[in-house]
Amino acid sequence: MTTAPVSPRAKLRLGDRIFSTSTVTAGVIILVALAAVAVFLIAQSIPALVADPAELKGSPSSFWEFVAPLAFGTVWAAFLALLMALPISIGIALFISHYAPRRVAQSLGYIIDLLAAVPSVVFGLWGIKVLAPAVTPLYNWLVENFGWFPLFTPPVSGTGRTVLTVAIVLAVMIIPIITAVTREVFLQTPVLHEEAALALGATRWEMIQMAVLPFGRPGMISAAMLGLGRALGETMVVAMVLSPALVISFVLTSSTNSPTIAGNIALNFPEAHGVGVNALIATGLILFAITFVINSIARVVINRRKAFSGAN
Amino acid sequence: MSTATATAPDTTTNALTTGRLPRWAPWALLGFSWVVFVIVFSIIAMAGETEFNIAAALFLGTILFDVLIFSVTYLVEGARQARDRLMTSLVATAFIIALIPLVSLLFTVLVNGTARFDIAFFSQSMRNVVGEGGGALHAIMGTLLITGAATLISVPVGLLTAIYLVEYGRGKLARAITFFVDVMTGIPSIVAGLFAFAFFSLVFSDPGIRFGLGGSVALSLLMIPVVVRSSEEMLKLVPNELREASYALGVPKWLTILKIVIPTSIAGITTGVTLAISRVIGETAPLLIISGFTASMNYNLFDEKMMSLPVFVYTQYANPGSDIQPYLERAWAGALTLIVIVMVLNLIARLIAKIFSPKLGR
Repeated sequence: MTTAPVSPRAKLRLGDRIFSTSTVTAGVIILVALAAVAVFLIAQSIPALVADPAELKGSPSSFWEFVAPLAFGTVWAAFLALLMALPISIGIALFISHYAPRRVAQSLGYIIDLLAAVPSVVFGLWGIKVLAPAVTPLYNWLVENFGWFPLFTPPVSGTGRTVLTVAIVLAVMIIPIITAVTREVFLQTPVLHEEAALALGATRWEMIQMAVLPFGRPGMISAAMLGLGRALGETMVVAMVLSPALVISFVLTSSTNSPTIAGNIALNFPEAHGVGVNALIATGLILFAITFVINSIARVVINRRKAFSGAN
Repeated sequence: MSTATATAPDTTTNALTTGRLPRWAPWALLGFSWVVFVIVFSIIAMAGETEFNIAAALFLGTILFDVLIFSVTYLVEGARQARDRLMTSLVATAFIIALIPLVSLLFTVLVNGTARFDIAFFSQSMRNVVGEGGGALHAIMGTLLITGAATLISVPVGLLTAIYLVEYGRGKLARAITFFVDVMTGIPSIVAGLFAFAFFSLVFSDPGIRFGLGGSVALSLLMIPVVVRSSEEMLKLVPNELREASYALGVPKWLTILKIVIPTSIAGITTGVTLAISRVIGETAPLLIISGFTASMNYNLFDEKMMSLPVFVYTQYANPGSDIQPYLERAWAGALTLIVIVMVLNLIARLIAKIFSPKLGR
C-alpha cells in the first residue's frame, strides 16, 4: 500500500498576496467609480426635481417641460449626424478593408484616426468660422426653393448656426469611431466566403453584398449605436455653433433650434447658481442614462459577435 | 503550340479585353470631372459672385465622376459591371468626403493660428490683458498639470486592472469589469465633469467649487478605460511560453508579471498611455465645469480655478472684448498649439511602438 500522492500546494507568498489584491482593488475601483457617477449625479439632481419649477430657467410649469426641448434637440442632432455619418463610414470601412491596395490600407486608416485625434473645441472653432459661412448660401437656396418642405420652413438663418451645421460637424466627429468598428468586422469576414462568391463569377460589389455585408450587419448596427452615443454626448461643437432657443423644432435651417443637453450645460453651467446647478446636473443624469443604455446594448451585440466569429 | 495561335494577327482585339474599359479610363474620367468643376467654379469666382471654393469644386466633381463612370460603363460593359464600378467609385467618394473636412480644418488652423503663434503667446498669461497681446502660458501650464495628475491617477489603476483581467481575472468579476470598461469608453465627457463637480461639491460642501484636481479626476474617468483596453491588448500579446519558463524556474507569479510580462509589453503599454493622454488633453467640457477659467497663473492643483488650453480656446472665442480680432487670433493660436501637441503625442506613440517593440522573432 502506498500513501495517496499529496499534490504539492503552492506556497502563498506575501508578494503574491499583495500584488493580486492590489490588481483586484484596481478593478473594483473602476466599478465603484462608475457606480459613484450614478449615485452622485442622482444625489445632486434631487433638489431640482423637488424644487418649485418656476425657479428653473424659462419658468416652465414642470421639470419635464424644462427637459423636453433639450432631450428632443439632443436626439434630433445626434440622429441627423448618424444619418450622414453611417453611409460614409461604411463606405470608408469598405474602402480600407476591401478596395484600397493592401500596402496603403493601414496608412489610410491612420488618416481617418487623425480625425478622432482633433480636439472637439477645434472642431467647434472650425464649424463656426469655416463651415457655417460656407453652407449659408446653400441654406438660402434650400429655403428659397424648398421652403414649402417642413424641414426647410423659412425664415432662414443668416449665420448658418443651425442644427444642420451642427449635425455635419458631429457627423465628421463620429465617422472615425464608426469606421474603426465596421472595418474590424469587415476584416473578420471569412475569406472562403469571399473567394467562393468571386469564384462563382460575382463582381466585387456582388461579393460584398453576398458575403461581407450580411456577415457584418450586427457589427454595423452596434457601430452605429456607438457613434450615436458619441454624438449624443458631444458638447463643445453644439455649445459653439448652435444658436439655441427653448423650442421643439424640426426645421433644419432656422435660427431657432432646440438646444441639446450637453451644449446647454456647457453654456449655462459657469453662470448657474442655486437650484439651476441641480437642474443642469439632472439633465446630465438623463444624458448619462441614455448613453449608458445605448452603449451597453451596442457592447452586448459586439461581444456576441466576437463569440461566434471565433469559429472561423 | 498550334499554329493558329502562333500566327494570330496582332491587329484583332483580345477576346479577354473586348467590351472592357481600358484601365486608365476611370482615372481619366475622374480628372475630367474635377477639371470641369474647377473651371465652372473659377468662372463663377471671376464673375465676382463668391470666392473660389476648391473643396466644393472637388466634391461636386467627384459626384459628377460617379454619374459619368456609371453611364459609361453601362454602355460599354453592361449593367452588372456598371453597378460594380459605381459602388467602387462611391466607396472612394466616401473616403474623399471624409478627407475634405480634415484637410480644410488643418489648413484653416495652420493659416489662422500662425498670426499669434509667437514667443509672447508662450511666455505670458492673460492677467490684466484687454485687447491685443497676452498669451496662453497659464493655460498651457494648467493643461500640463491637470493632464499630468490625470495620468498619475489613470495609469496605476488602468494598468493594474489590465493585469487583473489578463493574469488573474476569471469568472463574474472579470466579465463585469470588461463589460463596464467598454461601456465607460462611451461616457460623454461632460458627464464626467458633472460627476467630479457633484462629488467634490458634496464632499467639501462648496456649491461653487472649482479646482484643478477635480478636472484631473474627471479626465481620469475618461482615460482609465482607454488605458485598460490598450494595456489589456498588449499583455495578451505576451507569449505564454515566457510565463511558463519563468514559473518553471520557480519565480513567483507576481515577480513573473513584474519582471517578465510587463517589460515585454512595456512598449505597447507606453504607446497606449500616450494615445490615451492625447485623447484627454483636448477635452474641454469637463474642465470648463470643474476647473473653471481664469486669466492668471495657478500652479496649485488643489485650490482656485485653473485655466487649460482647450478652455482657453473656448473662452477666447466665446467671451471676446469689444475688438474681436485679437481674441480670435489667440483662439486660433491655442487651437494650433493643441493640434501640434496631439499630433506630436500621436507621433511619439507610433515611434515608441516601432522602436521599442520586442524582437520576438529570431
